[in-house]
Amino acid sequence: MSATVASGPARAQPAGVERRRPGVGTVYRWELAKLRYQKRTYLGLGAAILVPILFALAIHFHHNRHRGGGFAFSDYLSRSGLALPLVILLFGAIWLFPLIVALVAGDIFASEDHNGTLKTILTRSLERHQIFAGKALVAATYAAVAVLLGGTVAIIAGTVQSGFNSLQSLSGTIVSAPKALELVYVSLLVYLVPIAAIVCLGLLLSTVTRNSAAAIVGTLMFSLLIQLVGVLPGLSGTTPYLLSTQFNAWQGLLRTPIDWEPIVRAVWVCALYGIPALAGAFLIFLRRDVAGG
Amino acid sequence: MSSALAAIEVRGLVKRYGKIVAVAGVDLTVEVGDVLGYLGPNGAGKTTSLRMMLGLIQPTAGTVRLFGRDPLASVRALDGVAGFVEAPAFYPYMSGRRNLELLAAFDGAGARTRIDSALSTVDLVGRAGDKVGGYSHGMRQRLGIAAALLREPKLLLLDEPATGLDPAGMRDMRRLIRRLADDGMTVLLSSHLLGEVQEICNRVAIIRNGRIVYQGTIAALARGEGTIYHLATTDDGHAEQICAKQPGLVDVRQENGKVAFIAGQTAVDELSRALVENGVLIHELAPQMVNLEDLFFSLTEGDGTGPLLADAEALAAAPPAQTPGPVEAAR
Repeated sequence: MSATVASGPARAQPAGVERRRPGVGTVYRWELAKLRYQKRTYLGLGAAILVPILFALAIHFHHNRHRGGGFAFSDYLSRSGLALPLVILLFGAIWLFPLIVALVAGDIFASEDHNGTLKTILTRSLERHQIFAGKALVAATYAAVAVLLGGTVAIIAGTVQSGFNSLQSLSGTIVSAPKALELVYVSLLVYLVPIAAIVCLGLLLSTVTRNSAAAIVGTLMFSLLIQLVGVLPGLSGTTPYLLSTQFNAWQGLLRTPIDWEPIVRAVWVCALYGIPALAGAFLIFLRRDVAGG
Repeated sequence: MSSALAAIEVRGLVKRYGKIVAVAGVDLTVEVGDVLGYLGPNGAGKTTSLRMMLGLIQPTAGTVRLFGRDPLASVRALDGVAGFVEAPAFYPYMSGRRNLELLAAFDGAGARTRIDSALSTVDLVGRAGDKVGGYSHGMRQRLGIAAALLREPKLLLLDEPATGLDPAGMRDMRRLIRRLADDGMTVLLSSHLLGEVQEICNRVAIIRNGRIVYQGTIAALARGEGTIYHLATTDDGHAEQICAKQPGLVDVRQENGKVAFIAGQTAVDELSRALVENGVLIHELAPQMVNLEDLFFSLTEGDGTGPLLADAEALAAAPPAQTPGPVEAAR
């Protein structure tokens, strides 16, 4: 170490002089910057890009032999590229998007515990609630980017494979390609509602477990188990209120006229899942002792 | 002595984890300009109390004030305060400089402009672009100091900053802390290195079983309050009886075939006269200064009520002529 102390000691702040303080925006920008350094970020986004491309390739190689799959829009995969993002939304709800979301939401607090850096950032000039807000916003941003990116790649891949053609709605009416494109993007936005609930669950597990692997796996397992609940005998009555069901709410947009009921239900059901989880994570983070690391 | 302007004022600080009491009621005052050595064996409660001082842990009871402000109420209490607890931690996937940029952003108030000088101070300019994951422990310690300097602290809390450093690194760390202190920074230095504390601190606090058992100045130790004497005479049995009756002498005992006791210089002068008057001739009357190590082990080993603590209390209560300076004994 050099013998000189270049910065010298602190001088007392004169009374009444307010230092310019960082805020939630500072945390948000730096959490985004940190994501750029981490492999898991690219794993998730890579999966969101790769899966639609694989689907498009599968359509290309198999559409003559295997027509349709018996699910919504499966018959249209080879007729309109705009069907592909909708099929991705259907299959992505099972594990793809919950896993991608969990990769960041489940890790964002737990990794601070793992690295011992929570004590480092909590002894700077930011309040705990500001750090929480910044991190939660970044987890939500990542989830939104993954879904929108996956959807956009699916639109492009589907269009390349099957053309930018009109789409038949779930009510049997034909929707023009531009209108269908608009509906696809609105569907992606509606899809973000249950995704936001998954983000909140990931944040809760991240703060509770303080372990990235446990939080990521836990979030994914919750998502899978709640789908199982819907198929268990005698529990079919719970189906409309399961988080997994809300991943299909966007289908209301593809009916004529638009069926808003599943969308409205998705909003409040997801709020019932997400808000308590988020509040729990917030309170735990605010009050927890930082004793490790 | 304490006031709202004290750099650190801790009162009745308690932390319990279930039935385990990690900190059992710490009272500690660090005045502005102090360089306080914070000593204690492993598990004594040093790190837990430091974490409470920085607002990382909520105390079960008691209060902490940093320059009069409560770190639990708002992080604004940490304005002008910096340091690290246990090993400083950084994001391993980012470079040292990038870590400092992040922390400077979290500090605000122009901290970013101090990154280069902080890196220069800790001699990390050449490795600032490398990922922290590849840093040695010593480099991380130095980066921890650099991160602290970004805040232009008035108060620096350091937990074992020399741990893991090689001898040259330890020497440089000592010099750096000494220089910061000389420039007016208040420092709380938690350390196991008693020589280091004795060299760079002006005050010392010793914690054991979650309580402060001694607070005092290094100068008080150096002045000889509580000096141990060893006495050899022509008649040690008689000499011990005389010592036992002599005012100003405490903890009179046989030790290694000699009479040992603790006293101030004036009391020893009176003892010499008393021995001669009683026909006991002195073969040897040798002082052994009580250093920090003696004090530390006396207070932290065994039942923790070793003779030096009792002696310190006794000397503090003795008349001023026999105890030339104040001794702040633990209660």
